[in-house]
Amino acid sequence: MFKYVIRRLLIAVPVLAGISLVLFTILALAPGDPFEELATNPNVPREVAQALRKQFGLDDPVMVRYVRWFGSMAQGDWGFSFVSRVNVSTLILQRLPTSLFVLGTAQLLGILIALPIGTLSAVRPYSLFDQVATTLAFVGFSLPTFFTGILFILFFSIYLDWLPFIYRAAIGAACWRWWWERARQAIMPVAVLGLFQGAALTRFVRSAVLEVIRLDYINTARAKGLSERVTVVKHAVRNALIPVVTLVALQIPTIFTGAVITEQIFRVPGIGSLLISSILANDTPVIMAITFVFSGLVVLFNLLADILYGWLDPRITYR
Amino acid sequence: MASRAPTLAADLSLRGRPAARSLWSEAFRRFRRHRLATFGAVVLLFMVVAVLVGPFVYRVPIDEIDFKAKLQGPSWAHPLGTDDLGQDLLARILYGGRISLAVGIAAMLIAVTIGVSVGAAAGHFGGTTDHTLMRLTDLFLSLPQLPLLLLIVYLFRDALKKVLGPEAGIFIMIVVVIGGLRWMPVARLVRAQFLSLREKEFVEAARSLGAPALRQVARHILPNALGPVIVAGTIDVAAAIIAESSLSFLGLGFPPDIPTWGRILFDAKDNLDFAPHWAVFPGTAIFLTVLSINYIGDGLRDALDPRKVLGQ
Repeated sequence: MFKYVIRRLLIAVPVLAGISLVLFTILALAPGDPFEELATNPNVPREVAQALRKQFGLDDPVMVRYVRWFGSMAQGDWGFSFVSRVNVSTLILQRLPTSLFVLGTAQLLGILIALPIGTLSAVRPYSLFDQVATTLAFVGFSLPTFFTGILFILFFSIYLDWLPFIYRAAIGAACWRWWWERARQAIMPVAVLGLFQGAALTRFVRSAVLEVIRLDYINTARAKGLSERVTVVKHAVRNALIPVVTLVALQIPTIFTGAVITEQIFRVPGIGSLLISSILANDTPVIMAITFVFSGLVVLFNLLADILYGWLDPRITYR
Repeated sequence: MASRAPTLAADLSLRGRPAARSLWSEAFRRFRRHRLATFGAVVLLFMVVAVLVGPFVYRVPIDEIDFKAKLQGPSWAHPLGTDDLGQDLLARILYGGRISLAVGIAAMLIAVTIGVSVGAAAGHFGGTTDHTLMRLTDLFLSLPQLPLLLLIVYLFRDALKKVLGPEAGIFIMIVVVIGGLRWMPVARLVRAQFLSLREKEFVEAARSLGAPALRQVARHILPNALGPVIVAGTIDVAAAIIAESSLSFLGLGFPPDIPTWGRILFDAKDNLDFAPHWAVFPGTAIFLTVLSINYIGDGLRDALDPRKVLGQ
């Protein structure tokens, strides 16, 4: 098991390097210059701008710049935000927990919805329950998150006036009230993301369970006299989960898309909304770093999925 | 040899059923059996006709500013209401629909073209080419789409605007980037099809008859790999429409004078409390389009699956 994890980790390194190469190529191909503002600003003398360019090595060949950039990224030196005037890493570390909290809860909600509904659908295919569930799942993942978000705000915040539609990082209340406010403002972003994920996952779970439930060993389990519950939960679902885990991992990049949008709608102070505000403010180092963080998270979750996969499926040998 | 094949096929079909059906009409028959897919096709057809013909019938300009009529709900003068400048929403949604659908279709074509080329190359040549291309596919699959899309739009927006003008520049950039980030599933599908079809007898027959590689691929393998590609392409149209709407919704897609559905939503989202209709109509348009395309994809999956041909 330990060797398997190490091997997976070693495979993740070239992937990260590849991603960084793609990002850097995009940046290098882009017209314009991160120091354009300095060049056009009349208060900065030409010599100072030249010296800065030299100091940051902007006139070096591309490969040299890439190696240096990757080296400093790997050491945790992610540059300095032009706009906020703090280190990019500090800025991102401030925002990351909120994002991960919303994302994680949403993903959990999605799984909690998808597992039972998908399984029940597959156990009784083409029943009324299955038809309603499948239709709802189809509607759910055809509804883009930005529209669901708007509908939720319209209904729960404006029409019913139950929930706040702006997420605040600092809440001026104490103790249990603080927790309550925190939970209340997280309901809508988490629900929007979670329902979308849940809808997509339900279809995966349904087809995976459907594939397994007709196999002979399920009949054997039933013939042994096991209760339907044990047959389905212990024998069918556990095996059906194997392909689902891979699909969940492949879905991770889509979750980030949803996260950026929900954070923007509900003004959640996470890295998604930081990305948007940095783009609007032309803050290149922050934009590059956040894109890289998102890629890193994708690789990390793929890694976790691989390890989970090995644990769920004993047919995979840890070598 | 070649002249005998059609007679044999004719013999078989005569024995099978009285009227021989072509492959496509057979697929169409199965597609129509999927009720929701047929419904989706009707809705999508209605949308396409509406955005293509609508602006000629409903001749209200999309940018006529009328402050007296601003933020009005639906009425006879403005069937879907107006926005904060008093511009007619129905006209804007009809016009925006053209762009949204065009983006979806163009991005899908790019994604499918790249995907088929990469998948075909990997599946046909195998070996190192296959290995390299598949690692590349894996790499692209682990790129976070929207952040990367935002990064590229941010870096290249101004330069392309200068070269191609605001409309064409943004359109081409968005289409190319969305298409360029969505080809991976198609590539994997095509590669898998190639690997299995390459070893089939009919391809071997073509090979032994001396068909050059290009002919083997274009005439024998690709047509047989088409079904899953069509399904994936259909779903890609929906995904591309969502991607464009997301970009525009974040205010980073098309400029305000090109009212795509996502852009209208972006403008509407700060006025939800007194003009909900402004957001609900374009949102519903996106939702209905995406839903019907997804259902069509589902129906096509059933209709084009060759395993089902034998079953029925």
